[in-house]
Amino acid sequence: MTTLFWPKGAFRFWQRNAFIFRRIFPESIAVNFLEPVIYLLAMGLGLGAYLSTIGGLPYLVFVATGLVSTSAMFGATFECTYNAYVQMYYEKAYDAVITTPLGVEDVVVGEILWGATRSVMYGSVFLIVITLFGVVRSPLALFIPVLFFVSGLMFSVIGMIFTAVNPSIDYFTFYFALFITPMFMFSGVFFPLDALPAWVSTASWLTPLSHVVRLSRALALGTLETRHLWDVAWMLVVTAALFPAPIVLMRRRLVQ
Amino acid sequence: MSSPVLEASGLTKRYGSLAAVDGISFAVEPGECFGFLGPNGAGKTTTMKMIYCVLPPSSGHLRVFDMDVRAQPRAIKARLGVVTQDNTLDSALTVRENLMIFARYFDLSWSVARRRAAELLEFASLSDRANAKVEHLSGGMRRRLMVARALVPQPDLLILDEPTTGLDPQARQLAWEKLRQLKRTGVTQILTTHYMEEAAALCDRIVIVDQGRIVAEGSPADLVRTHVGHEIVELRGFESDSQARATLERVLAVAGDLTDAHEAHGDLVLLHTRDGEALLHRIREHAVSIEAATLRRATLEDVFLKLTGRMLRE
Repeated sequence: MTTLFWPKGAFRFWQRNAFIFRRIFPESIAVNFLEPVIYLLAMGLGLGAYLSTIGGLPYLVFVATGLVSTSAMFGATFECTYNAYVQMYYEKAYDAVITTPLGVEDVVVGEILWGATRSVMYGSVFLIVITLFGVVRSPLALFIPVLFFVSGLMFSVIGMIFTAVNPSIDYFTFYFALFITPMFMFSGVFFPLDALPAWVSTASWLTPLSHVVRLSRALALGTLETRHLWDVAWMLVVTAALFPAPIVLMRRRLVQ
Repeated sequence: MSSPVLEASGLTKRYGSLAAVDGISFAVEPGECFGFLGPNGAGKTTTMKMIYCVLPPSSGHLRVFDMDVRAQPRAIKARLGVVTQDNTLDSALTVRENLMIFARYFDLSWSVARRRAAELLEFASLSDRANAKVEHLSGGMRRRLMVARALVPQPDLLILDEPTTGLDPQARQLAWEKLRQLKRTGVTQILTTHYMEEAAALCDRIVIVDQGRIVAEGSPADLVRTHVGHEIVELRGFESDSQARATLERVLAVAGDLTDAHEAHGDLVLLHTRDGEALLHRIREHAVSIEAATLRRATLEDVFLKLTGRMLRE
């Protein structure tokens, strides 16, 4: 095996997913719009009535600029956990595809690219909604979809690693309960981490989501600084370092 | 002189200490239908997976289209059509879309994909179901769609792993008809099956495999002639008590040189013979009391059972 994967093959599998998604596109996007509206109503009108400002920002602004990146995380994560598992295990789609010129590596990369694509779609809808709520304050927000793509790749790679080793679809509960949900709560989306003991923010720095939240907030509010380059670097390094893992693990699972 | 489509020598797949495929050698010539016949667990599917480059061999050589399966899997797979044992159709797609999306994996343009899908739906008698969801197809239709999908790249070699397992007789007949039709157009085929009549109906040459090894090779007719002879007399009504044994011994004595070999299985005894009529006549003449005696032609099933030893032999 001279190359890690065949780009055209990966694109063909991405295209398959896009083709299937096309059919449920209108409903799916409509539901996507609903979710942020519910969040913003609950957080802004509900919680926001008790909390006036955080770090000089109205609570609604603080929470919405962080939440937008979690929507992208969930988009990529659902795609590369439950959906990928169903395709792999129940539908046997991977077994069909690897009899064609595509290999396991192309399927995995195609799936990851599709996860990142869903992340962009999911997150962009959220971004449009919060823009309509008047939360976005900087034209730098136009770069947020790029952030969705990169973070989507990262969460897709991580999700595919778990999918490749997951013994049963029931175990995704653990992935969500022990990884996704704590990260969702402790990555500075709902409250700033600097108010907590130092070790919490250190631990948080180790989680992927915290970097995405910092970047999305900085882009939406126009508060980008050079220190944010560390967040970009963190995501790129982790994504690149983990990238071969789902390929190797999925090959081990499917080829036996 | 054309070179073989496929050549295997000493092909082995080991899982720990177990050899699922244990040093088999065979070659498949262009245009022929080559059958792998064997009981479950004989290593048929493992061999097929090595041929379609999904499973790397543990040792031995395997060349398809004169390319090594380990070195050039993509180039080999681009010219293969594969019908796996399980149906792997996309349930989210319609019948036609299943073919079109598959065509894209072979880098065919959408317009070629559309045209080929239409031709193959016609071939598989599925044109009127083109827009149906896969889940609304019968088992036979799904299998035909699997075959149609495998033909999308216009393969030089079609691999069929138990193409008709689980189909009812009508669906099986239709599938066979389609496969024979393909053979007439010159498509080389390799198929695995544990149905003797399927191997006899479709294959030019067969290998019988058992426990990862090839135990016999030849055309269905040759195999029958070589290993079993022409006819079989089936005698029923033997119980495994001493009286039955005495009866059997009497039958064998009476049969004399008319019987080449015999097999006993439960209350059933099979006599291999060159002249069934004469043998039956002799048994009746000597008034050996048998519940039922039937004369039939020897089949591949007799060869199979003889060679793979599933029957108790004496």
